[in-house]
Amino acid sequence: MLQIVNRKDRFILLKKNLASFWGIYRRNTMGIAGLVILVCFALMALIGPYFVTYTSAAEGIEKVLQPPSAEHWLGTDDLGRDVFAGVVIGSRISLVVGLAATVISMVIGAVIGIVSGYYGKTLDALLMRLTDIFLVIPWLPLMLVMAALLGPSLGNIILVIGITGWAGTARIIRSQTLSIKERPYVERARAIGSGDLHIMLHHILPNVFPLIFANTILVAAVAILSETTLSFLGMGDPTSISWGMMLHFAFEMGAVAFGAWWWLIPPGICVVLVVLGFTFIGYALDEVLNPKLRRR
Amino acid sequence: MTALVDVDQLEVHFTARAGLLRSMFGRETPVVRAVDGVSFTLGKGEILCLAGESGSGKTTTGKAILRLVEPTAGKVYYAGEDVRAYNRSKLRSFRQEAQIIFQDPYESLNPRQTVFNIVAEPLEVNNLCHSLAEKEERVARALIDAGLHNPQELFLRYPHELSGGQRQRLAIAGSLVLDPKFIVADEPVSMLDLSIRAGILKLMVDLRDQKGISYLFITHDLSLAWLVSDRIAIMYLGKIVELGSADTVIKDPLHPYTRALVSVIPAPRRKVITRQSLLKGETPDPVNVPPGCRFHPRCPVALPRCREEVPPYREVRPGHFAACHLING
Repeated sequence: MLQIVNRKDRFILLKKNLASFWGIYRRNTMGIAGLVILVCFALMALIGPYFVTYTSAAEGIEKVLQPPSAEHWLGTDDLGRDVFAGVVIGSRISLVVGLAATVISMVIGAVIGIVSGYYGKTLDALLMRLTDIFLVIPWLPLMLVMAALLGPSLGNIILVIGITGWAGTARIIRSQTLSIKERPYVERARAIGSGDLHIMLHHILPNVFPLIFANTILVAAVAILSETTLSFLGMGDPTSISWGMMLHFAFEMGAVAFGAWWWLIPPGICVVLVVLGFTFIGYALDEVLNPKLRRR
Repeated sequence: MTALVDVDQLEVHFTARAGLLRSMFGRETPVVRAVDGVSFTLGKGEILCLAGESGSGKTTTGKAILRLVEPTAGKVYYAGEDVRAYNRSKLRSFRQEAQIIFQDPYESLNPRQTVFNIVAEPLEVNNLCHSLAEKEERVARALIDAGLHNPQELFLRYPHELSGGQRQRLAIAGSLVLDPKFIVADEPVSMLDLSIRAGILKLMVDLRDQKGISYLFITHDLSLAWLVSDRIAIMYLGKIVELGSADTVIKDPLHPYTRALVSVIPAPRRKVITRQSLLKGETPDPVNVPPGCRFHPRCPVALPRCREEVPPYREVRPGHFAACHLING
């Protein structure tokens, strides 16, 4: 998979693989629904921030905490900022943090899972005990402690979520690696003189990749939720607006007491929708990549 | 004929992993004696067949010679050098010359590699090609040698797009690309359709004739062994019980086990119906090898002596070895 004849052939191959994948995927209603939701949010995060202004009102108490109107679709917050603009701008941070943390999680999880499953014995025992520790530690307190120690910044939030979220992936990848390393093609690779690294990169990784991919999607949902949770609890970077941060401020400033539902509900719904979108895609991929679950 | 591969008292024992309780109570860990003292030589350009029931240790012997399974004891010499004493770099060059073809062409090819990658991988792993054009040419030549014509059209195909026979040819091409001198063929046709078998077998024999490749051909099918090989070794429970030229082993078998196997070879339109001697029971568990002659519990002609004494493996006639108390010679 990783060695290809030349650039043109690589393109042909990619097209062929994608076409066959898409052919199965598009028959999955849940998957398409999830994809539509995520594409909408992705577009919103990509181009949305260029069309809205999210600044405090310069003057006038009457601009503050306004219910939804034609001018402000989702009303305004305690500083007279447009809530809709906040949701649009916040989508960028929420998605970026979630996806970056997911990438970190997946890399750690895949490396530990493959190495652990491939080498076995003592190394496996050590790595799996480490994984167990990360699995059983309640992740929220751990994240809070780490975030508090590292200090509130976007990079740290990404790191904290990434470091706490890999354990489940490592377990799944390890079990699949255990099965794949016993396949005759791995033995054949050894018989032609391949080293361990070559076998892991060219034979194990491509064959656990669908699993990594499907898992990434599910981990992304959790990562975005984690970001919201951390920001809501005040561990986020107060200068960058994310959905969690909006909820945090809304809660702090007493949106509930004012009855300003338009300030609390939109960011919450966005988080739920994005998580739902990822979960839908995750389940759909599970079905596509695991032929046993496929409906006839 | 000079020996290319010389196997001397090869043993492969697997230790079954003992559970916690078992090791706490100090019980002995069970040892599976998969290969238990196998000796033979393989000449240059020779096809030697290892035949026997499943579980007799044929495949393990083949893999142990290539050090895909580490032998427990015994020696393997390749071109006069001790394979078990090879260091990393020696092992690498040995693996270029000694290849293995697996039984199941559906499992032995990585489903996510293209035909080109599968055949080019041995070259890349061993750093044998420096330009893409050279690589493409060698891959194409190996595919043609393995009987897959118009190779360029196959380059970007995946194994699942090929038929069983084509896959096995592809696996052979993946070995041929390194110009091997010795191939362990582990039941190369048992998963293939009868109609395709002949083609693959002919290809292997042709390669022997053209390139002087030596084969250790592992099979459970005696008629197949007779057809392709120069010499046949019959294995039973980790030991060779009889070894000789293909014709003598089939036409004049010495060991009662071989006789039983030979008597059940189907013979189309055979006029004289020979008495078939069917063996009772199954191969014993290699964890608890019977004492004396391993074959005695199933042997139709066993003597009391067979239960106690291990029969020596000796040259009964020139070039014809067997291990049985009942043979006079």
